Amino acid sequence: MAHLIDRRLNDRGKSAVNRERFLRRYKSHVQEAVRKMVGERKLADLEQGGEVRVPRKDVAEPAFNYGRVGDREHVFPGNREYVTGDRIPRNSGGGGGGGGEGGEGGENDAQDDFVFSLSREEFMQIFFDDLELPRLARTEFGPSRTFKSIRTGFAKTGVPANLAVVRTMTQAIARRIALGGALARESLGLQEAFATATAVGHAELAASLHDRLARIERRQDAIPFLDDPDMRFRNRIWRPEPIARAVMFCLMDVSASMDEDKKDLAKRFFSLLYLFLTRKYETVELVFIRHTDDAEEVDEDTFFHDPRSGGTVVFSALELADKVRHARYATGWNVYAAQASDGDAFGADPARSARFLRERLLPSLRYYTYLELVPPDSETRASTLWAEYERVAEETRTFAMRRASSREQIYPVFRELFRKEAHS
Amino acid sequence: MSAVISTGADWDFELLERYDSAIARIAGEFGLDTYANQIEVITSEQMLDAYASNGLPVGYPHWSYGKEFIRNEQAYRRGMQGLAYEIVINSDPCIAYLMEENTVTTQALVIAHACYGHNSFFKGNALFRQWTAADAIVDYLVFARRYVMECEERHGSPAVEEILDACHALTAHGVDRYRRPSPLTMKAETARLAEREAHKERQFNDLWRTVPIAAASTSAKPAKNFPEEPQENILYFVEKFSPKLAPWERELVRIVRKLAQYFYPQSQTKVMNEGWATFWHYTILNRLHESGQVDDGFMFEFLKSHTNVVYQPPFDSKHFGGMNPYALGFAMFSDLRRMCEAPTDEDRTWFPEIAGSDWRKTLDFAMRNFKDESFIAQYLSPRLIRELRLFAVADHRSESSLKVDSIHDDAGYRRVRKLLAQQHAREDRVPDVQIVSFDRDGDRSLTLRHTQRRGRQLNDAAAEVVVHLRRLWGFPVSLETWEDDVRVDSIDAIAA
Repeated sequence: MAHLIDRRLNDRGKSAVNRERFLRRYKSHVQEAVRKMVGERKLADLEQGGEVRVPRKDVAEPAFNYGRVGDREHVFPGNREYVTGDRIPRNSGGGGGGGGEGGEGGENDAQDDFVFSLSREEFMQIFFDDLELPRLARTEFGPSRTFKSIRTGFAKTGVPANLAVVRTMTQAIARRIALGGALARESLGLQEAFATATAVGHAELAASLHDRLARIERRQDAIPFLDDPDMRFRNRIWRPEPIARAVMFCLMDVSASMDEDKKDLAKRFFSLLYLFLTRKYETVELVFIRHTDDAEEVDEDTFFHDPRSGGTVVFSALELADKVRHARYATGWNVYAAQASDGDAFGADPARSARFLRERLLPSLRYYTYLELVPPDSETRASTLWAEYERVAEETRTFAMRRASSREQIYPVFRELFRKEAHS
Repeated sequence: MSAVISTGADWDFELLERYDSAIARIAGEFGLDTYANQIEVITSEQMLDAYASNGLPVGYPHWSYGKEFIRNEQAYRRGMQGLAYEIVINSDPCIAYLMEENTVTTQALVIAHACYGHNSFFKGNALFRQWTAADAIVDYLVFARRYVMECEERHGSPAVEEILDACHALTAHGVDRYRRPSPLTMKAETARLAEREAHKERQFNDLWRTVPIAAASTSAKPAKNFPEEPQENILYFVEKFSPKLAPWERELVRIVRKLAQYFYPQSQTKVMNEGWATFWHYTILNRLHESGQVDDGFMFEFLKSHTNVVYQPPFDSKHFGGMNPYALGFAMFSDLRRMCEAPTDEDRTWFPEIAGSDWRKTLDFAMRNFKDESFIAQYLSPRLIRELRLFAVADHRSESSLKVDSIHDDAGYRRVRKLLAQQHAREDRVPDVQIVSFDRDGDRSLTLRHTQRRGRQLNDAAAEVVVHLRRLWGFPVSLETWEDDVRVDSIDAIAA
């Protein structure tokens, strides 16, 4: 008599430890992939999993094995036409003709990269590793709220249960038309010619046309009705339920002195604030304001990638931010702002900006962070803007500022922010 | 005889018990001898976990299992691969995992297949009886896991991982194919020495003292090679003689070696094991149907699964992935039964002692005393070769094209059978690499010899394996390749 046990409620994450070991072993690959994804993604899309590719040979486990050289015989099932002594050309591939090496046909596929996906949590963990966040912050980012599964279009891979039949068939029709259109046209032309030839009584021409027609028909028949690339699957993702909303103003100086490195640093700084806000608020809107001597509101791409030249007037950006806030986010929004600049400001601008910030902007903001980007190697003295802002920082508790020259210095800007959140 | 056990697709535990006892009764009537069964119901997630650890219920942590897990999970999530209905472990009691998603028909199929088919094979087959201790394996796995984790705590996981990586590269060369003589007990050893002394005394003759002795040759005796005989169990040799391994590292080598030995019978009995289990689920469920315990709907669903399992795509199909062990094994056992019950003249010529014999005894004998290679060589009948339309293709370096060596005709039956048997031999997959010398008194270097046959070379990974072995051994390692007593190649690893 058998002993029946229900194990379904036992722990299921038995392989989690092994998976983690695998990720650790291929950390350099994973980090590289994450870095690339950060560069390519928009701020709002940052917080997703992603795909990592590791070259197959790097994950191979070696063992003594035979290569492909040497004499051997192999037995196959399903002989139809061969008799002893028949010759089969090498590498004739699959299909009816050869296939002597059919057993090894799969080997080429095996040469592809080893691809796997990172979950959202894993992605974020590696992202933060790069920024040298302390443990505390990571757990702060860790747990997520209630999610709702929603339809989001179609995907090319999926489980059979999610097959979108109509969409798949539409794809198949499109493919058959694309592949068969030229043949159909040719066939039509030939049919006319054939009719003419038959009418005229040109028997030889008619026969050759008939042959060609038959050939085209065969090719038309060979177009599969349904093929793997046609498959479409319903796609679902988990979306968090909205709880409250916030808006984040990103202000950046894009004058000539802000090079790509500094902008990359700024992007990470903005990402962190954004991620922090998405923890607290389920919808977060982004406003990008760039400025030289004049400020304008732009989209994200332009913000990070479109170079501009000109002088620097910080005040213009602050003014525009205030205007946008009044116009669109006057009530019912938690407003945050982050400013990145290399601190170059001249004449009366720094003092005027600091005053405007203190008197107009800060009272209506939840928090304002300022990041000054300095070259890594130099010991530059504080900029005039920094000196003015320092006085603001002394007076208010909703203002934080830092200088940074490399990635790992980004986090401390947020330390105060986190500490405050822990208290409140 | 009795009423239908159930209708519909849903199952519950009470129903599983009723199916199990019905199946057990029939298995008993057919004389299947099994370990006690332990049936565990698991989810698909847990099945993926089980996949990653070779189906074992516990395993030590290692990144390669993570890789397996990720690979399977990815394939499953994308719908490219389904999951097995069951996994069964060669242990006593025999543990079988059933997926909760299965319908009641599938559960019955799986119980017959795993809990009575595989189970009786594990208990009866000579290879399993000789090489696996079914009652101890789960305990050993628990020990292994705890030991590896303790080592990680004490010595750091990179150090442990390095040793395990190196051992994993050599698992195929870490098994004994023949039993070592068990060491004598103290008492037996003393008795043996005493007897030797007594024998010397009996043989004593003072006369020999007077015989003049030629002056002993002064030239040094040629240094004895060590080991005296080539050693094929590389991991065993490393464990016993490695000059540098710390005791805990030796124990890790031993753990990997023990597990390799545990899996040794499985890789050589795939066709037989699956064939036997498939034959029995087919036979048992048909008997259930005959006796009216299951309805026609049940049988239709069962037959659909069954035919999927035993389908052998022809070589030129895009689904072809080599010989399907389920198909071949099932066909062979069914054919054996047919020869016993309804022999033809051909069968009488080819298998005079089987044709017309008691099929249960004949199948039982075949199950107990063979492995894939010898099973095919012994029992593959001309009729089956014709049915499967087997043919052999020769791939020789000296020829510009492949040649059809033999097909399913009178001239080819024996040849095809021999080649198919060879194809299932372990030697066909695992190259012959042995330790030939350990320079104990010199630089402590280790020399391996790959005996190459018919020009079949090792692949590029061999150099990496030698580096792994160098890491375990601690002193230079070299691999020589010899064919027909001529050295054709060598790989050295001086520094790890």
